[in-house]
Amino acid sequence: MSLFLAHLSVLTALLSSLVALAYGQRTGLLRAIDSVLSQDSRHYPDLPARVDYLFAPDRFARIARIAPFVLLAFSGAAATLAGSIALLGGTVDQSTLPFGLPWLIWHTRIDPLSGFFLGVLGVPLIAVSLFGPGYVREFEQGKYSLAVLGFFTGLFVAGMEGVLLADDAFFFVVAWEVMSVASYFLVTFQHEHAANRRAGFLYLLMAEIGAIAIILAFGVLASFSGGFNFDVLRDVALSPSWASVAFVLGLLGFGMKAGLVPLHAWLPEAHPAAPSHISALMSGVMLKVAIYGFIRFTLDLLPTLFWQWGVLVLILGAGSALLGILYALQQQNLKRLLAYSSVENVGIIFSALGLSMIFFSNGLKPLAALGLLAALLHCLNHALFKSLLFLGAGAILHQTHEQSLENMGGLIHRMPKMAALFLIGSLSISALPPFNGFVSEWLIFQAALQAGAIPSGVLRSMIPAATAVLALTSALAAACFVKVYGVAFLGLPRSRHIARATEVRYPDMLAGPALLAALCVLLGVLPTPFINALSGVTGQLLGETLPGVSALGWLWLTPVAPEVAAYAPPLVLAGILGVGWLCYYLLYRRTGLEPRRADPWDCGFGGLSAQMQYTSGAFSMPIRRIFQPVFALREALEEQTEGPGQHRVVRLRYHFQVLDRAWLFLYEPAGFAVTRLARWAGRLQTGNIRTYLGYSFFTLLILLWVVS
Amino acid sequence: MAWLLALFETLLFIGAAPLLAGWIKRVKCRLQNRKAPSVFQPYRDLRKLYRKQPILPEPASWIFRAAPYIVFASTVLSAAIVPLVAVNLPTAQVADMIVLAGFLALGRFFLVLAGMDIGTAFGGMGSSREMTISSLAEPAMLMAVFTLAMSAHTTNLSQAMNYVLDTGVVLRPSFVFAMLSLMLVAIAETGRIPVDNPATHLELTMIHEAMILEYSGRFLALLEWASQIKLMLYGVLVANVFFPWGVAQEFTLPALGMGLAAITLKLGLLAIVLGLSEVLFAKMRIFRVQEYLSFAFLLSVLGMLSHIILEAQR
Repeated sequence: MSLFLAHLSVLTALLSSLVALAYGQRTGLLRAIDSVLSQDSRHYPDLPARVDYLFAPDRFARIARIAPFVLLAFSGAAATLAGSIALLGGTVDQSTLPFGLPWLIWHTRIDPLSGFFLGVLGVPLIAVSLFGPGYVREFEQGKYSLAVLGFFTGLFVAGMEGVLLADDAFFFVVAWEVMSVASYFLVTFQHEHAANRRAGFLYLLMAEIGAIAIILAFGVLASFSGGFNFDVLRDVALSPSWASVAFVLGLLGFGMKAGLVPLHAWLPEAHPAAPSHISALMSGVMLKVAIYGFIRFTLDLLPTLFWQWGVLVLILGAGSALLGILYALQQQNLKRLLAYSSVENVGIIFSALGLSMIFFSNGLKPLAALGLLAALLHCLNHALFKSLLFLGAGAILHQTHEQSLENMGGLIHRMPKMAALFLIGSLSISALPPFNGFVSEWLIFQAALQAGAIPSGVLRSMIPAATAVLALTSALAAACFVKVYGVAFLGLPRSRHIARATEVRYPDMLAGPALLAALCVLLGVLPTPFINALSGVTGQLLGETLPGVSALGWLWLTPVAPEVAAYAPPLVLAGILGVGWLCYYLLYRRTGLEPRRADPWDCGFGGLSAQMQYTSGAFSMPIRRIFQPVFALREALEEQTEGPGQHRVVRLRYHFQVLDRAWLFLYEPAGFAVTRLARWAGRLQTGNIRTYLGYSFFTLLILLWVVS
Repeated sequence: MAWLLALFETLLFIGAAPLLAGWIKRVKCRLQNRKAPSVFQPYRDLRKLYRKQPILPEPASWIFRAAPYIVFASTVLSAAIVPLVAVNLPTAQVADMIVLAGFLALGRFFLVLAGMDIGTAFGGMGSSREMTISSLAEPAMLMAVFTLAMSAHTTNLSQAMNYVLDTGVVLRPSFVFAMLSLMLVAIAETGRIPVDNPATHLELTMIHEAMILEYSGRFLALLEWASQIKLMLYGVLVANVFFPWGVAQEFTLPALGMGLAAITLKLGLLAIVLGLSEVLFAKMRIFRVQEYLSFAFLLSVLGMLSHIILEAQR
């Protein structure tokens, strides 16, 4: 049942990509239908009228715009349903597909792990499908083709679902490639900007390098087991060194896709370049597919688990979290900022996975289950709030064509509903109680605090150090999203088009984010049932479930034991609302002193203008200064002078740019080295036919010598 | 019964917070050879503010009006989970030390947003500085809390205090480090000298005052009260977690009276220490604060390491 639904969701995604191709093909389709109808119009006399009704130009355009999204929403719903059935039922369903090569049939399977990630994919997909039809309207009149956008969106979604369902290495890699390549076309959709083309190329390059690493990782396993089926790979006997080789390759491939530092530099280039609803899918969902791949490969397929791997994952995760948020704080482009914050969240997820691996390799299975649970929950939470924030950024972009925080301000007055939804997203991502981000971070901290149970002293002291980094990260994340919200939505508008912005016109564009926001609150207030549902995954991967999560009842969350730690989010929410309302009632309702509107006091200076506000760059300046070694700063002061001797300064322009050190240390040298290598190898290519004949001749000679 | 006691304790906490602020002011005045106002002066100030008609600046959104209530509510909730007079209250089960840090962060989030809502330069400046300082102070606080939690094997405040009470008077180096770190953090987070000066409206040095510059009337009263509760909260944390002796472990009248007397004494003494330090030190430059907070962070990391190396027995 669940597998059937999952297949159905892949099929509908593929169908939506085909339906999208119909866009702009009205006359062709009409002609084709006419030719079919002319043969048997006797049976259905009213059919031509219906066709005419359906194919009226305006109506056809609307249907062709909306239909792919309807199918995508259906696909998302089917995926969510299939995932829930698999997760709650704890069943494993397998089947084969009539595709592939004769000796390599494609296998599919749905189990609690892939079921959970299908849910992580499905829910944001539904929200994106609600948001999408309104958002793509702006591409309707322009030079872009909606057919291309819809085609690759459907393919992209189908690829992601394929990765989650694959049960053999061959199908897995095929689906992975479909996902990567389709998303490349989405990144370069607005290809008239050179920056987007560059970002797309970089993305494709990194995706392919990652794919090679993944193929090699599977290759190591397959060469020792003699098959590509996951069932065969699971039983492989590997020497520790080969297992480590496979693990490092897997970490490289999946970590590159997930955006781990220092391989992350492509992510903040590529994710913002795509249209916003695609950015939401890429940041919210595709990164989770990469994490799924990592979990599947490491915890499910690899036969053993060494604590050194856990340490490596923990260090990479904590480093990604800290650097990701530090760079996010310094971004002025809203979508880039959100992309960097995805690096941070992926870092948090990998830290939790690293903790889980360390605990597991030390034989502490309940704690390993807790770490894995925290990682999975954060995957779901990040999928929800990051999609929400990207859709919010998309709504701002759609209404104002503005991405830079430096020009925004006061949007809460212009777009009140979107502002409220964005606030929920900001609160959730800043890990504040009682929202969902807090629950998963709380669980990670709880897992880390049990480090005392580990025998090795080095590990015992390392985990608190990583925890300290995570604590710093969560505090910086709050600073980052205070900045985003305060600069974009509060204060005075910093430019004229922002001052004239309006709320989104279509209710669907609010419905998508509203769905996500509601889930953020729900998961934050009532996490216990969700966490209980996740026990199927931990049971499948680690053979251990957490029995005591709801020891005090469904209101309480008690991950280890009631006396060790307890958190009751519903009571917290009730407390905040209750106290707040009581104050409001006592102070306002009882006295009835209505506040008076007046000009801001501003310490008596007066004459407030939008230019005097703190900007986004100014807000994060103290943090930039404190963490200066992390950033590569380029500052320049441009003076325009005139008068005799050019002494009078007419105007000053200050430029500053925060560059990613990963670019300078890793990407640029690597690019440089590749160019030099290519140039060196290029000397072979003289362009002279005689040289090439010479090459052939000598090759032949050597071959003959070898053969003889 | 226990819930009723918890409610009563919370009300006591909220009610006594202005008294503590008044007492600190009195101590400072005496140390500076000034004539001190009555210790009940903060109550009179709050009443005066409450009676005045508040003024809303023109560009204010609903965030500006909602923030005082949210800040106050989250501060009250964090006060509710810190054991003041008695341990083993059911409120400690609702939220643990990490959630406590989360509550304070929630209040700060809205306070900072309110500072940016009007679009004045001062508001933005205060907000930016507050977030910078808190983003350094929060990890230090969490690390101090973690040190405690790893020793006591719990993040439940009540249980942690029980643990300290049960083990008796033992000198733990990790606790000394954690306490020093928590005290430094407390000074930074409550906006006292040398990080911020609550008594100043000197434009370029203020942080907390810059954010609430535009508030008046009952909104200002709520925010002032919340910051007094926060000050007392940190005081109670330092006093009760590291020196829990005297706190009531069972709910009998003598035990509770004893607990009340103990916490009054402890807070009174802590206030004198705070007053002394405020008289002796001058306010720091804003970019020196990072060194101060890094020191606090270092202390808490040292506390954690000394716990792992010296104390953790398996």
